[in-house]
Amino acid sequence: MDGAAERGAVAVARDGGGVVTRLPPQPGERIDRDRPISFSFDGTAVPAYRGDTIASALYANGRRIFSRSFKYHRPRGELCGCGRCGNSLVQVDGAPGIRACGEPVRPGMRVEHQNAWPSLERDVMSAVDRFAGPFTPPGFYYKTFIRPRSLWPLYEKLLRRAAGLGRLAPEQDERSWRTEYRRRHCDVLVVGGGIAGLAAALRAAELGADVVLCEEDVEPGGALLAEGGHERARELARRAAAAGVELLARAPALGFFDGLVPVWQGDTLHQIRAARHIAATGTIEQPLVFADNDLPGVMLSSGAVRLATLYGVKPGERAVVATTGDRGLHAALALKRLGVDVAVVADLRADAGGGELAAQVQAAGIGLRRGTTVVSAHGRAGVEAATLARVDADGRAVEGTAERVACDLLVVSGGAAPATSLLLQSGARARYDTASGRFFADRLPADVHVAGAVDGHEDADAAELSGLAAGAEAADALGRISSQDRRLLTEQRRELAARPEATAVATPPAVARGHGRGGKAFVDLDEDVTAKDIAYAVAEGYDSIELSKRYTTVTMGPTQGRFSQLASIRMLARETRTPLGDVGLTTARPPWSTVPMAALAGRPFEAAKRSAVHGRHRELRATVRWAGDWRRAYDYGDPEGEALAVQRDAGVIDVSTLGKLVVRGPDAGELLDRLYTNRMSTLAPGRIRYGVMTSEAGRITDDGTVGRIDDETFYVTTTSSGVGAVEQQFSWWLATWALDADVTDVTQGVAAINLAGPRAREILSRLTDADCSNEAIGYMDASEATVAGVRCLVMRIGFVGEVGYELHCAAPHGRSLWDAIAAQGARPFGLEPQRILRLQKLHILVGQDTDSESTPYGAAMPWAVRLDKEQDFIGRWALEHAAEHPAEAALVGFTCLGGEVPTEGAVVLVDGMPAGQVTSARRAPLLSTSIGMAWVPAALARDDARIVISDAGRRIAATVTTRPFYDPEGKVLRS
Amino acid sequence: MSFLLTCPNCGVREVTDFGFGGEVSQRPTERPTWRELNTYNYFRRNVAGVQREWWVHRSGCRAWFLAERDTRTNEVLWTALPNAAPSPSPGTAVAS
Repeated sequence: MDGAAERGAVAVARDGGGVVTRLPPQPGERIDRDRPISFSFDGTAVPAYRGDTIASALYANGRRIFSRSFKYHRPRGELCGCGRCGNSLVQVDGAPGIRACGEPVRPGMRVEHQNAWPSLERDVMSAVDRFAGPFTPPGFYYKTFIRPRSLWPLYEKLLRRAAGLGRLAPEQDERSWRTEYRRRHCDVLVVGGGIAGLAAALRAAELGADVVLCEEDVEPGGALLAEGGHERARELARRAAAAGVELLARAPALGFFDGLVPVWQGDTLHQIRAARHIAATGTIEQPLVFADNDLPGVMLSSGAVRLATLYGVKPGERAVVATTGDRGLHAALALKRLGVDVAVVADLRADAGGGELAAQVQAAGIGLRRGTTVVSAHGRAGVEAATLARVDADGRAVEGTAERVACDLLVVSGGAAPATSLLLQSGARARYDTASGRFFADRLPADVHVAGAVDGHEDADAAELSGLAAGAEAADALGRISSQDRRLLTEQRRELAARPEATAVATPPAVARGHGRGGKAFVDLDEDVTAKDIAYAVAEGYDSIELSKRYTTVTMGPTQGRFSQLASIRMLARETRTPLGDVGLTTARPPWSTVPMAALAGRPFEAAKRSAVHGRHRELRATVRWAGDWRRAYDYGDPEGEALAVQRDAGVIDVSTLGKLVVRGPDAGELLDRLYTNRMSTLAPGRIRYGVMTSEAGRITDDGTVGRIDDETFYVTTTSSGVGAVEQQFSWWLATWALDADVTDVTQGVAAINLAGPRAREILSRLTDADCSNEAIGYMDASEATVAGVRCLVMRIGFVGEVGYELHCAAPHGRSLWDAIAAQGARPFGLEPQRILRLQKLHILVGQDTDSESTPYGAAMPWAVRLDKEQDFIGRWALEHAAEHPAEAALVGFTCLGGEVPTEGAVVLVDGMPAGQVTSARRAPLLSTSIGMAWVPAALARDDARIVISDAGRRIAATVTTRPFYDPEGKVLRS
Repeated sequence: MSFLLTCPNCGVREVTDFGFGGEVSQRPTERPTWRELNTYNYFRRNVAGVQREWWVHRSGCRAWFLAERDTRTNEVLWTALPNAAPSPSPGTAVAS
């Protein structure tokens, strides 16, 4: 069978064995032969030139197998040569799924193969192809591995190991790269930098529009770059840039999301929002479906030509070309000129276009077979021969017409499919054009234009003209066009319509076959879906395109069907005997091109707020933990000792994390009256009041203190995590009520340090000239004073139960204030000892001890609500209702009889049934017991009631307390 | 969801710059019944069409402003600070 006896058999090393196939320098080539570089492939050094892609360099060094296929592990070679197909996925520096034919080489880059073991040449799993192939039709896995159900976890493990492409490193020490988001608003976004896109961008920019153009290739220019028009393409790109167009290269547009187009460019994700969009996305050359059409050496005509002209790599020694239109004839001539021995061109058209081009092919000494196509490729690790034949309507070779030709390169061209993905995502509809056998985008949204080959204008002149017209139309829609320019536009449109139709293209059979069994004929290379698989799916009843897609996974691979959708439609049309145009089109979903998840996730922003004193906490070896956005000192190694120090001597804590708002204006007092449940406007200047805010449903949303500085100025503190929401609430009600006041969040600009304990007054008086006596600054008084040389607002607040002074100063002075207080012997204490001290006083922590259902009544704070105030306030009506309807649950303190510390969240049991939960619990060192807070049924909210707490299997007996554990009358606090 | 919004202070920005404050509703002026209060608290008109709504420029000037937006298309008809807002156009949903 194999081609030993073939005429003109060619021997080419296929194992990367170092046969170098570089051509002499080509005009317009992309590589720089003066700058050789080296990278590694599977650990072996590969010489390359700057400008090479991974694939072009490997190809130049003799490599023909680039990957192993998804399911059957068949060897796969270069197909598209432009980074669009899934045949050359490799790992680059550990990142999987990189397309070797689109990725430029960098010196030292580490490239590895995927999906093959131990090597691309010898892959153990390829046994699946030889032995299991006929037994693994579509649905095989669904049907086989579901019974017995109990074994599924085992199956899943094995299947997952066998499936998938590439491997992610299980752990990454550090992100080696990061992505940035960039938002770009512009007048016109042009997607596609071929001649049409460049012309459109240039024209729109000339007419004054702000234009961005994105192109997935490394430079704009499109098909023309490889087809002899590189000078024209590059000149147009230069003019566009000079006109002010922002050209983004190596930047695929990933999708169209509600007018937002994400464009991925290396480490940047551009989020581009344009008033008008021009799609100049070109076409995608289609492969042909025949037996063993996936052998390495079967290449699209555009891929073979690109490889030769852009990278100076000879794609093969002896070629056979199979085409359905002029494109293959052009490719045959180009390859012949480059020194490839083009043996035969099989043109499916009975007249081979009938024109001059066919004559040129023959004049070049290339055999031309009219009405003929390829029915089978032959070879093991690569193409060694191709069988050409005339085929009947069903794709079967006509008896006696088969001809076997030896070759190492089988160039195929199955027509060009307009790249309409982006247009369809934008809301356009697909329309089948019977004359050209293509699906075009129709009924475009108002802000979307098309230009070039995607709209059927394939040759360079037509594409350029349609680009100019589309650019002018976009500018016109933006109101940037003169009547003279509009006349020009009308002329261009007329000229475009008058251009002769492109030469005819034959519609290839859904699958072409020779006689005998023949190899697999692939419809979808990504997913290893064969023509037989689709026939099988239809036979099983999956006869609509949407069903057969899901059943066979055709078009669902990395390339989203760009090389397989048309083929699958033809196959389905054939099997269901439906006209092509009626089969329909499935949605090609974003992303258009493979994009790392990291690019979509963006750069990780972890906002960390630190107080001005944070450096000191670190020096003191504080345990630092997250508290909302803040990094906070939890303790300094001995939380209970720190708590005791506060109660017996003096302690100092950094409370800069408190939310701090300044409310100012003639109506400031009224605003606060409307937002807090008690009265604030009656506060005298220099006095402080504790306040609770609720929602309109009467649920506690935040708490804090309000101090009056002067008639029109209030200083408000909020919970550390609540300040953003509180500030938004304040400003929203201000806007709603149109009160004459304003609110400023000064949290980050103000440091706050709390000095507390029996010795606090003594320490403060040593640091200030101000009178610190209880008469001068009593409990809940506020005054300005200079402390240790720092101007402070001193607030006598005691949330830890001792005499305490909260000193608020400009953040930059926070550290020196802290140092001065600590130098007086006040012991630093952290958040944890503060929790213990607060708990002893039964002070609630909003969000910890309360939830979205807690009212001040339930939280045992009826005193915080003043329903007698004449002023309406947020939550008043709900609270009036709550006052009349006693809450079912109440927040109480408890003491554990056995000294256990229940877990926060542990369940309170009544008669063995859950009836409440623990919200806080700590060991209280001064009380030598453990205490906590819990929600219990209201009937149990009385002193000495017994409750049982169930905590992870433990039963903990506790007694209820409704008054603070420590200093219930507040004598210490006020002393 | 993705569209542009014009902050009356700062200008055109991506919608992700803003916080949504919900449809404009009228807070009861008299003491409501329990049913009226719960309707005010928990029920929204949720129209398919043009509605008047609150936005806050969270990542910008932090100002609250009003907008009229077609909830079906995300087309924003106008934005304005509360004191400069036009009276509701006919057919606009403003909860009462």
